[in-house]
Amino acid sequence: MTADIAAILAIDGIATGAVYALVAIGTVLIFTVTRVIFIPFGDIAAFTALTLAALDAKQLPGTVGLVVVLACMACVMEVASLARTGELRAVPKAVLGYLVLPLIVVGIVWLTMRFNPPMPVRIVLALLLIMPISPLLDRIVFRPIADASVLLLLTVSVALHFALVGLGLLFFGPEGVRTEPLTSMAIEIAGVHVSGQTVLILTAALVFSGLLFLFFDFTLIGKALRATALNRTGARLMGIRPARAGTIAYLLGSLMAGVSGILIAPVNTIFYDSGFLLGLKAFVGAIVGGMASYPGAALGAFGVGIIESFASFQSSTLKDVIVFSLLIPVLLWRSLASQHSEEEVEE
Amino acid sequence: MTQMFSIENVSVAYGKVEAVRNVSLSVEQGQIVTVIGPNGAGKTTLLMAAIGLLKSTGRMVFQGTDLARIDVEGRVERGLCLVPEKRELFADMSVADNLLLGTYSLRDRSTTRKSLDDVFDRFPRLKERSKQAAGTLSGGERQMLALGRALMAKPKLLVLDEPSLGLAPLIVREIFRTIASLRSLGVSVLLVEQNARAALETADFGYVLETGEIIQSGPAETLIHDPKLIAAYLGGH
Repeated sequence: MTADIAAILAIDGIATGAVYALVAIGTVLIFTVTRVIFIPFGDIAAFTALTLAALDAKQLPGTVGLVVVLACMACVMEVASLARTGELRAVPKAVLGYLVLPLIVVGIVWLTMRFNPPMPVRIVLALLLIMPISPLLDRIVFRPIADASVLLLLTVSVALHFALVGLGLLFFGPEGVRTEPLTSMAIEIAGVHVSGQTVLILTAALVFSGLLFLFFDFTLIGKALRATALNRTGARLMGIRPARAGTIAYLLGSLMAGVSGILIAPVNTIFYDSGFLLGLKAFVGAIVGGMASYPGAALGAFGVGIIESFASFQSSTLKDVIVFSLLIPVLLWRSLASQHSEEEVEE
Repeated sequence: MTQMFSIENVSVAYGKVEAVRNVSLSVEQGQIVTVIGPNGAGKTTLLMAAIGLLKSTGRMVFQGTDLARIDVEGRVERGLCLVPEKRELFADMSVADNLLLGTYSLRDRSTTRKSLDDVFDRFPRLKERSKQAAGTLSGGERQMLALGRALMAKPKLLVLDEPSLGLAPLIVREIFRTIASLRSLGVSVLLVEQNARAALETADFGYVLETGEIIQSGPAETLIHDPKLIAAYLGGH
């Protein structure tokens, strides 16, 4: 391997790593706030790519059907649980939040589509359409078992992933898509060719993680999310509802996953089931950060991207094997290095 | 005097074990009421039920509202705030951020700046350490932060669980001085304490809780001179 090839592989790896980093940060965000390891995150990214491809082709994306079905289910469940506890006064608000709001989003997409909107608008529409999915899934699937153990939540999360892959096939069909490149320009850095797409991926990763940190540091809601992650009881005593914090975490996480989906769609062909590997690799990155640290998760994700890039040069059939076997030493190191407090064991 | 908070025939059970049995008590507007009693009497359990973290039977009324269907967050929004025994601070966040989160339940946050200054006036130590992570504070400072954070929420009734636990005598005195000064702010206080003497000296009215039941109650001045109580809790001075 020459230095030139190494440089190209490294840049390629960093770009892939940036995509993983966005998903990894979202995974950590949701895990710390809700204790759910949200495996379907990769699916959300893939669905965003499929949604954008449908919008590009001037078709109504399958996401519309998915959102409508999920919104109806979530609304019925919320109203039923309110009726059971006798809080009928809260019903209009629940219908507004779980049914009307998602339907408004669907309506906006449906109306805007008729005017053949330009690319940036289509991207915003795809993101808008994808964002309600995880909060609705949270209401349908995770809220009823919110107090369960992390392991049970993970098991349900894996099951949910398979359900979503099935729904993906139903709503998007089996065809793979590749969206049009966002930019065709290219630059050269020290003699190495860097595509505009790579630059765009890195910029987007930096901008969105930067925005997230600003949100955590400078807004009360951001601080409330961090507080919920640090100490749930303490947060409740401040009047912060864990369920609401969870919804915000899912919305933000979906945005991160959606952006990553849009960034990889022009580079890789995306199928309804392409999300799993993406989500799993981001998860590996998040584990490197101990599922608790955002910079750790981002670094881990970049590491996974770079290793994958070099591994695929050596042996493209074994690249996933190489990436996932590296998880074993990382897990060993983490379990030896971390001190388990009694509280953690109880959870 | 108007009734702020009342607990009527409240029982709390962990599985089959009843930790609190048929307890009734009330706090009037602007009053400091204390519940004293030995370790394991059910004091903390009673407070956890009052704030809604534990399920209970019986009736609880806060400012005329029945609390049965109101969750923890709803009680906090109505001005019923608990400073728990474990403080439950946000250890990795700064002192200032901890205090700011106290305002989360308020609809109107225009007075946040003033509340923050008030807390810093009350506890100058917190101002010095406002940028430090809460987890790096000493025990006394943590209690000050927990109290300050609760005051940021502009509580109508402040429920304090063992505020003096594990603190040095000098700091205990400071904490009790702060509690007594809450009267002038119109904040009512429900105070649970093992340090019975300090609690009765500060409070207007007292209840004695033993093995989950109220065995005695009366004005704090009367209780503090009760020979039986002196023998049991007040260490015969």
